[in-house]
Amino acid sequence: MSKIEVTPGMFSQVEVKPSIKTPLVMLGIALVVFFGFGLFGKSGDVHFVWSDKGEIIQLPDFTTNSMMFCQLIGAILLVIGLIAVVLNRREISTPIWLTAIYGLAAVMALLGWLATGASQGVQMVFILSNTLLLAIPLIFGGMAGIMSERVGVVNIAIEGQLLTGAFASAVVGSITGNLYLGLVAAMIAAGVLSIVLASLAIKYLVDQIIIGVLLNVLVVGITNFLYSAWLDNDLQHLDYPGTFPRIAIPFLSDIPVLGQVLFNNRITVYMMFLIVPALWFLLFKTKLGLRARSVGEHPLAADTVGINVARTRFWWVTIGGMIAGLGGAALTIGNVGPFGRDMSGGQGFIALAVVILGRWQPIYVMLSALLFGFTIILRVWANQVSPGIPVDLITMVPYLVTLIAVAGFAGKVRAPAASGQPYIKG
Amino acid sequence: MSEKKVSKKLANVTDAPTPNSVLREIMSGDPVRILLSILLGFFIGAIFMVVFNSQVVKAWADFGTDPNYALSTVWWTVQDGYGALFSGAIFNLNASDFLTGLHPLTETLRFAAPLIMAGLGVSLTFRVGLFNIGATGQIMVGLAGATFVSTRLHMPMVIHMLVAVLAAVACAMVWGMIVGILKARTGAHEVIVTIMLNYVATSLFTFFLRQPGLLLEASGGGTPKSDQPDGTARLGTLFGSGYNLHYGIIICVLAVFAYWWLMERSTFGYRFRMVGHNSSAARAAGIKVENTFIWALAISAGFVGLAAANQGLSIDGGLTTSVEAGIGFDAITVALLGGSRAGGVVMAGLLFGAFKAGSATMQVAGVSPEVLDVVKALIVLFIAAPPIIRALYRLPNPRPPVLESLQQAKAAKVIK
Repeated sequence: MSKIEVTPGMFSQVEVKPSIKTPLVMLGIALVVFFGFGLFGKSGDVHFVWSDKGEIIQLPDFTTNSMMFCQLIGAILLVIGLIAVVLNRREISTPIWLTAIYGLAAVMALLGWLATGASQGVQMVFILSNTLLLAIPLIFGGMAGIMSERVGVVNIAIEGQLLTGAFASAVVGSITGNLYLGLVAAMIAAGVLSIVLASLAIKYLVDQIIIGVLLNVLVVGITNFLYSAWLDNDLQHLDYPGTFPRIAIPFLSDIPVLGQVLFNNRITVYMMFLIVPALWFLLFKTKLGLRARSVGEHPLAADTVGINVARTRFWWVTIGGMIAGLGGAALTIGNVGPFGRDMSGGQGFIALAVVILGRWQPIYVMLSALLFGFTIILRVWANQVSPGIPVDLITMVPYLVTLIAVAGFAGKVRAPAASGQPYIKG
Repeated sequence: MSEKKVSKKLANVTDAPTPNSVLREIMSGDPVRILLSILLGFFIGAIFMVVFNSQVVKAWADFGTDPNYALSTVWWTVQDGYGALFSGAIFNLNASDFLTGLHPLTETLRFAAPLIMAGLGVSLTFRVGLFNIGATGQIMVGLAGATFVSTRLHMPMVIHMLVAVLAAVACAMVWGMIVGILKARTGAHEVIVTIMLNYVATSLFTFFLRQPGLLLEASGGGTPKSDQPDGTARLGTLFGSGYNLHYGIIICVLAVFAYWWLMERSTFGYRFRMVGHNSSAARAAGIKVENTFIWALAISAGFVGLAAANQGLSIDGGLTTSVEAGIGFDAITVALLGGSRAGGVVMAGLLFGAFKAGSATMQVAGVSPEVLDVVKALIVLFIAAPPIIRALYRLPNPRPPVLESLQQAKAAKVIK
C-alpha cells in the first residue's frame, strides 16, 4: 500500500488499460476443464440434485455423462475466453456478466467432475446455502474492512471484532434470553473495541498494523480467559443462547433452488442483504460517501475543503467495527449457537483478503467472500463425494487467488491511497 | 499551509522519509516505561483474576458482615495465581532440594528458546521497516523441511541433527524470500502477503503430512501426522532425563549472538538499518532497497526456521501442525516488547516463556492460565502505544519525533 502513486483528484477505481493476463488465465482454465475434466476425465454418470425433499416446486434431477458434460462446459469456457481475448485486443475489459457466466460454468464443471459416480450427486441447495452461511461473517468483516480502509485506516483487528461480537452475542443472548439483545450487545462490544483502535490510530498515531495485531491478541486472551474462568462454570445459563429462527419469506422461498438458498434464512443473513447494498450506495452515491473516500485518498485535500478528517475516520472505523460485531453474532446466534474458544479461527484475516480481492467495493467484496465460503464447503463436500481428493490444496486456492491479486497479476488492485497513513493536521 | 512555512520545512527534508518512525519510537522505549507497562499489565491481570473468581464474588456479597474476609480473599486469589506462576516458571519452593527446585526455570528456558529465535526473525524485519506477520507460515514450512530430513533420511549422530536444522532454515528462508520478491517486484504489501502465505503454508504442510511418500507416518492413518524424528536427529536433553531442557537453547544462544553481530556489527545489518531509517536516503546513497527487502525477509525467515527446527526436532511422538503452538504470532509480541534488539528480545522471550511454563501450575492452582495471555497482550499494547502509559502515569511528553517527521513528509508532499 506504500507504493501507490497519489494523484490528487483520482478518487475513482479507473483502470488504465485492460490487462491481457486475465483473458489468458481464463483460456488456461478452460483448457484444464476441457482436457483435464472432459477428454481425460472420469467416466461415469453425475447427478445434479436441484431440490430438497419437501419443497413445493420440485425440479427433476439431472443426470448426464461426466466426460461429455465437462467437455461441453470446457468448450463454452473456451469460447468465452476467446471473446475475452478479442475484447482485450480492442482494449475493452471483459464485461462483468460474462465473467460471472464463466465463473458459474467453471464451478459446475468442477462440481460435476468431483461428484462423478457418487450416489448422492451434486446437492445444489446444500452447497449453495452453506456457501452463503459460511460467507456471512466474512462479508460483515469485509464491510468493516471497507469502511475503515476507505477512510484510510488499516483494520487488522477485524478478527478481534468478530470474536468480540461472537462472545458478546452468545453471552448476552444466554443471560437475557433475548437474542435481539445479543445482537445489540455484539454491535456495542465490537464498537467499543473499534473505538480503542480508532482513537489509538487516529489521535495517538500508533502504528495501525501493530495496534490491530495487538488488539487481536488481547481479545483472544480475554475471551479465552472469560470462557474458562466464567462461562465454563455454568454453560447452561451463560453460553447456551440458541439460534435465531429461520424465516421463510412467503412465495420467494418457494422459488426452486434459489428460494431455499436465499429466502429461508436467519435474520443475520437478511441483514447482510440490506447492509451490503446500503454501504455501496452510501459510499458511491452520497455526499457522505464521497467525503469519506476523499479522506481515504487524500486527507490533506479533504481537510483543505473543510472535511474533518479525524472525525470522519473515527466514525467510519467505529461503525465498521459494529458491523463486524454483527458478523461475530452471525457465527454464534446466527449459526451454531454457543460461543467456543477462538471460534473466529482466522476469519477476520480472511476478511482482510476478501476486501482486497473485492477491490474495496461492497458488492465485489461480497462476491469474493462467497468464493471463500464456497471453497470451505467444497472441501467438506468434496471429501464426501470423492474421497482421496487433496482437500488441503482446495483450501489453499482462495489464498493463492488473493496473493495473485495483490501481486497485480490479475488486473490492477489499488488500495485507497492514504490507507494506513496517519494524518496530522498541519 | 503558507509558502514560508513549507519552504522552512523543506530545508530539513530532502525526500519524504518512510513512515517507520512509529516503529522506531517503540524500539527506543526507555526502561522505565517498559517496567511500568509490565507492572500495569500484571495489575490488570490481577483484576481479571479477582473479578471472575467465584469465591471472591461470594465473599464480597457478604462484605457487610465480614469485610476482612472479603479483602483477604482478593489478596489470596492474586497471591495464589501469581505464586503459581512463580513456582511453575522460576523456582519451586516446595522442591526437596535446590536443583530440583530449579526445574521450573529450565522449563522457562525451554519455552523461551523458540520464542526468542522467532522473535529475532520478526525483529529483523522491524529494523528494516517491514512487518513480517508470516512467522506462522515460515515455521510450518520449516517444520516440513526438518521433519522430512529427520524421518526420511538416515545419517549419523550430530550430522543428522545439523542437516535437519539447516533444512528447516533453508525451507523457511525460501518461504520468506517469496514475500521479499513479491514486495520488491510488485509492491504488494508484506502484511497481506505474509497473512496469505501463513494459510497456504499451513495447508501445504498438512498436505505433505498426508502424503505417504513425504511425511505421513509409517503406520499411515487417516490423520495428517508424521513419524517421530530419528534418534540421531533429535535435539537431546542437556541435563539428563529429569529435565526437558534440550540443545535447542544452545542454538538459541548462538542465534542471539548471530543476530546481534549481524545487526550491530556487519555491513549487511548497517544496510538493513539504513533502509529502515529512511529508505529514500538509503536509495540515494546507492543501496539497492528492493534487494535489501528480499534479503531481510529471507534472513528473518531463517531465524524463524531455527524456531521451527527447535519445535520439530524436540518432540516425543509424531508431528502435527499443532507443534507450531502459536509461536508465529507470539514472536510478533516478543519482537515488539523486546524493541527489536537482541538483548530486549531475549528478555521478552524469557518473560513469555515463563508465562508458558507457569500455565500448567496455574491451572493446577485453580486459576485460569489464560489470564496470562491478557497480561501479555496488555504489556505489549502499553509499550506499543506510549501515549497510554504516559497518560496513566502522567509522564512528561517528550517532543515526539514521529510528529515532526510526519509533518515534514506532509510538507514535502505538498510541494510535489
